[in-house]
Amino acid sequence: MITQVVEPGADPAGHPASVLPAANRPCGASTSQLRLQRLALLALSAAILIVFCIISLLIGARPVAFSTAFDALFAYDPVSAEHIIIRDYRLPRTLLGLLCGAAFGVSGALIQAATRNPLADPGILGVNAGAAFFVTLAVGLFGFHAVSSHLWFAFLGAITVTLLVYAVGSRGRDGATPVRLVLSGVALSAVLGGIGSSITLLDPLAFDSLRLWSIGSLAGRNMDVASTVAPFIVCGLVLSLCVTPSLNAIALGDDPSRALGVNLVQIRILVVIAVTLLAGGATAAAGPIGFVGLMVPHVVRWFTGPDQRWIILFTILCSPILLLAADIAGRLVLFPGELEAGIVTALIGAPVLIALARRTRAGGL
Amino acid sequence: MTEPNHNPSPVLRNRVIVRVARSGPIDFGRRVAAIRLFGGRLSMRADLRSLGAGSILLLLAGVIGTVSLASGKFPIPLVDVFRALLGTTDDNIRMVVVEWRLPRLLLAFLLGTALGLSGAIFQSLTRNPLGSPDIIGFSAGSYTGALVVILLFSGGYYATAAGALAGGIVTAAAVYLLAYRGGAQGFRLIVVGIGISAMLGALNAWMIRQADLQIAMSAAIWGAGSLNGLGFEQFWPVLLMLILIVPFVLVLARPMRQLELGDDAAMASGLNANRLRLMLMIGGVALTAIVTAAAGPIAFVSLAAPQIARRLVRAAGVALVPAALTGGLLLTAADWGAQHGFGVQLPVGVMTVSIGGLYFLWLLLREARQ
Repeated sequence: MITQVVEPGADPAGHPASVLPAANRPCGASTSQLRLQRLALLALSAAILIVFCIISLLIGARPVAFSTAFDALFAYDPVSAEHIIIRDYRLPRTLLGLLCGAAFGVSGALIQAATRNPLADPGILGVNAGAAFFVTLAVGLFGFHAVSSHLWFAFLGAITVTLLVYAVGSRGRDGATPVRLVLSGVALSAVLGGIGSSITLLDPLAFDSLRLWSIGSLAGRNMDVASTVAPFIVCGLVLSLCVTPSLNAIALGDDPSRALGVNLVQIRILVVIAVTLLAGGATAAAGPIGFVGLMVPHVVRWFTGPDQRWIILFTILCSPILLLAADIAGRLVLFPGELEAGIVTALIGAPVLIALARRTRAGGL
Repeated sequence: MTEPNHNPSPVLRNRVIVRVARSGPIDFGRRVAAIRLFGGRLSMRADLRSLGAGSILLLLAGVIGTVSLASGKFPIPLVDVFRALLGTTDDNIRMVVVEWRLPRLLLAFLLGTALGLSGAIFQSLTRNPLGSPDIIGFSAGSYTGALVVILLFSGGYYATAAGALAGGIVTAAAVYLLAYRGGAQGFRLIVVGIGISAMLGALNAWMIRQADLQIAMSAAIWGAGSLNGLGFEQFWPVLLMLILIVPFVLVLARPMRQLELGDDAAMASGLNANRLRLMLMIGGVALTAIVTAAAGPIAFVSLAAPQIARRLVRAAGVALVPAALTGGLLLTAADWGAQHGFGVQLPVGVMTVSIGGLYFLWLLLREARQ
């Protein structure tokens, strides 16, 4: 079974020892064993995700039995109140949790890998700032107070501003280097944030709408919201799976990755498009829940090591777990009231992050 | 093979020696003035470009400051502004210029300097252009402290300042202690900082949402950072604290450069990396704490000033003094805009992000053209 014994630090197969994760590098484990171990972990994450999806359908202000929920999905009775709750409230909410969770997480992993910056979150390219700015404009200048109208404004803002950030960041001889992209994102976000907050601080109505929107929540979104953003998020996910292998080369630095035959410009453009679709769609639907994208890739990296393919795969499964868990916990803490998922995500995610940061040897990118 | 020894000739020993680099395809280094005094017993090197940029920044701050002293609801001719400063005008003009407008102007410049310095420290510590005192959770913590005071106890200026200080310092200490395991390694510090900041941010968002709209808005104005209504009674404590802290930070500037090489390299050259990092962090947090207590968490200056200054002096890394001066200029200009730009007094934090962000964008675009 064991073909080659891998000693830490000296690898007879010629792979640099650092490719193996520090946390999962027991003496004498072969690469095939490692792969099995990771596949098992992947299956475990998928199982946990499914369990959380089911819990998310059952729990809420009015708990529903498992059999009733099953009936609501497959033998729908339009008269039963519980069926209506499942179909019209819990199902879109769970689907949004899945979609937005994966979208936030993967966009975070992508942007951290592409900019080689562990502090980068999906909002770094201006997604959140753009979405918030357009929502502010919609409320403050045009008087759209309905939450449903915010969706398209947020999405439009996210796309416009990300494109602007890329346009600024990619000017010049070297093109869109990671640092320039990050800095232009920060600068443009700041300008929009400043203009936005001067509007909200002078207009109480806009302030009131925005303080709710900026928390981020899965509640109160119907199936239309989910089906509107789903195509964008799915496209974004497919696109990110396509660029992932090249991200491993990009992690080595610009010049080495060019030497390995990666078309840097092309990959960066694809990453920006993917991040815009993912984070833009998710922010439009659920509001800015940036912490998922910032944290999950870090946590995942400690288990998988620096291979982006594993990181993205695990992130797709683990981010919705976090978001759904936060959403479910938010329904329970103030029962029968609710706490927004945007708040709970940070409250339950951060302690996990800190505990892991203390336990494991912290790994860079 | 040994390097030839470049002893300065005896004739030049007491003069300012300027090594001039030729412009051309080959970079011969930066123009540096070596200042030797007392027969070489006291010597220092000063980067000419930094000196030039620093003087221009100071000059600009002076010009904007003068304009700012002259403008307001009661416009005063520039001549009278100077005469008021020298004490040769009538009492009314003197009161407006010296007692009303001057402390606010001086505070804006000083607080900007403090923010620029602390930003430079944290960007050097984390070796990351996104580094700022925020990463250690100070801003989020001070906002939490202030929100608790404003929303629960409806406290005034000093109570809010005390709450912000307490919140910020407790948070920063918690982040440092949680990240400490045989030394606060830079990356772990960042991750723990993100975590704690995110938790407090969630708490803040929740408090803002629960509060009455009017109270929430006044809390948000504090949160943006504002110099409205500040006078000499706020200026003197700030000045005193800065006089105590700034020299302490500037002394650490040289070992800070060593630390930028990485922990291993710094320790190999005889540096106690963990102790230095702790001291730098204490300095940086103290600087931010002063600003937060006086004017609220003014955003973006500490993030943008070091990066803008780096581009102005074309330095390889972040530089403390140019960053401080850039911060001072940025906040002075922003405060002028916040007072007079829109007819209503906006919180200065709103303007710093707009002005600083626009200028930063322009710098990035100009850099790209070259």
